[in-house]
Amino acid sequence: MEQIDTPRPTAPAAGIGELLGRAFYAAFGAVMNTLDLVMTPIQRAIGVRNMAYLFVLPNLLIFAVFVLAPMLLNFYYAMTGGTALFPQDRPFVGMANFGTLFDCGNFLDPNTCREDRFWRAVYNTAIFVIFQVGVMVLVSLITALVLNRKIKARGFFRSVYFYPVLLSPVVVALIWKWILQRDGVLNAAALAMGFERIPFMLNANWTTIWVIAISIWAQMGFYTLILLAGLQAIPREMYEASAIDGAGNWHSFRFVTLPLLMPTMFVVLVLSLIRAVQIFDHIFVLTAGGPGTATLYLVQYIYNTGFSNQVQRFGLASAASVVLGVTLLIFTLIQLRLSRSSDST
Amino acid sequence: MLFASVGDFITRTRGRRRLDTSDILTYLYLAFGTLVMFGPVLWLVLSSFKTPEALVRFPPQLLPYGQEMAQVEGYEDPLPLFLVTLEDGSQRRMAQVRRVGLEAQMTDPDNPGEIVPVPIDQRVPIERIQLAWSNYTEPLARFNFWIYLRNSVVVTVVATAITLIINSMAAFALSKYRFAGRDAIFLVIISTLMIPISVILVPVFLVITQIGWNNNLWGVIIPGAATPTGVFLLRQYMLTLPDELIDSARIDGASEWRIYWQIILPLSGPALAVLAIFSVMWRWNDFLWPLIVLSRSEVFTLQVGLHAFQGELNVQWHYVLAMTVLTLLPITVVFAFLQRFITTGIATTGLK
Repeated sequence: MEQIDTPRPTAPAAGIGELLGRAFYAAFGAVMNTLDLVMTPIQRAIGVRNMAYLFVLPNLLIFAVFVLAPMLLNFYYAMTGGTALFPQDRPFVGMANFGTLFDCGNFLDPNTCREDRFWRAVYNTAIFVIFQVGVMVLVSLITALVLNRKIKARGFFRSVYFYPVLLSPVVVALIWKWILQRDGVLNAAALAMGFERIPFMLNANWTTIWVIAISIWAQMGFYTLILLAGLQAIPREMYEASAIDGAGNWHSFRFVTLPLLMPTMFVVLVLSLIRAVQIFDHIFVLTAGGPGTATLYLVQYIYNTGFSNQVQRFGLASAASVVLGVTLLIFTLIQLRLSRSSDST
Repeated sequence: MLFASVGDFITRTRGRRRLDTSDILTYLYLAFGTLVMFGPVLWLVLSSFKTPEALVRFPPQLLPYGQEMAQVEGYEDPLPLFLVTLEDGSQRRMAQVRRVGLEAQMTDPDNPGEIVPVPIDQRVPIERIQLAWSNYTEPLARFNFWIYLRNSVVVTVVATAITLIINSMAAFALSKYRFAGRDAIFLVIISTLMIPISVILVPVFLVITQIGWNNNLWGVIIPGAATPTGVFLLRQYMLTLPDELIDSARIDGASEWRIYWQIILPLSGPALAVLAIFSVMWRWNDFLWPLIVLSRSEVFTLQVGLHAFQGELNVQWHYVLAMTVLTLLPITVVFAFLQRFITTGIATTGLK
């Protein structure tokens, strides 16, 4: 992928910065040199080729213990009951947890389900994903197109849109909680414009809308950056050629920009989709799932079921995370399939 | 004449033609965007300097105002100042001694002997911009900000260092060696790119508990250290480095370890920098996993601590807002210095 701007070579750091850099490099070199005293005899013993195993070992070890093994364990947890944490204390119950999750009179109506909160979370998540991803990709695209024009202070505006991405979810949630509260600045504005005071955080529909808007606010800068990079990678000659062919602005957008941006759009779509399905932090702090269950999403259901309720139902939580994992897997497979077919055309 | 030249200056685009409608729309969009993206943060900062009284005022004022107080002879505490309209219609600055029902007993701060009764609707508080620094200083004593900050810094720095080292070691092996099982290892790592920790919360928690890392910062640092993203990113980058470098270093008698840290690592600088940026962002803002692992407040990271703090002090917004500002300050300062580097770095890889 082409770069937006060639990163400015780090300015000749002076004074403290340079000193710190040198000190860091010296310390780093000392540590690595000391390690070499251990590594060289090992290399002599096992041979150059086998050093590769030594190099992958630390990463692989952590990966195996904290990702791979848990993935397999998760299936086992999903098939056990009780409230004990250690697997050996947990009775095997087969598919009972999945049975509990999928015990529904009518799948479209959470009220008829045994785990109605799970299904509410599923539907809330589906609605959230559709609107959040849809609107965010559109807004990010518009913003990237605007930033790609000949504008002054592009670097500044690019940072403006990116800045909220850096803020932690807890900070984002508190900022908006303060703005949206009953006597907040937004209600003051509503009153000043002649509207009624709106209890944003007490009304299910308003809360859903705001939760979507806030997560777009917090994340769109990231996708804008990626789309902007995609736009800047489109060769200028393509536009010149289409202009010579008499294409207007709309035509060159429709027949040059859009098709050439498609691969980038695709990356953005998949990344944002996978993140949207896992929405948790902002909303947990902002609404804690409320009012009622209006903003209860899948990951929070898992968290509540396994970690925060009085009775810790690890089996049910694991079963729900298997469902979440399978959903993510399906999205990933669709992505692979689609990206392969778009590569071949 | 002046307006014409200002207008001319604003509407000139890079010395070419004048602004057309689409340019105006562009700048309107950017201005609106700046307001929406920065406005909430600015509002947070402004609000964090308001006194509790100013915070509950509705409709709110933009800037943090506070009532002026005056130290008056004969009274221990400072008295609030008001602009009083007297019966004869003249206005005077007076300090309020006490309020009784609908009447206030006022006195001239320069001549405190005489007390004048004034109806309360005849006086307006004298206000000026006042920064309520106590919003910051008071909770710092109760909210263990420095401990949380230290924990967050430790987690971010140590985790990023570990991630960079073990990911680059693995990427080096996967890109520059041929060995049995290489492709299988790479495939397994890549296939978990899309498996977030939220899918394996329960079993990872079990592993942490088995090791005894509950309420331990290692329990936060280690599980996410072997990032598939990092391995993938670094391997792709290292594949572009020429093998001849390694061969000639071997001929010169360099050990494999030396080749790794003195040739491969320095040459992978750009990719390492991008991974470092990601890692810092992930770790600093991480919330769900620390929330599960850490339940004792002395090991809280800033995010978990801030969450607990706002839960405790549900209504004490003046403290919560100030602590929120402190929490976003470090990352904002870093961003202000490195923004160009960060935005280009992320844009060129498109990973998160």
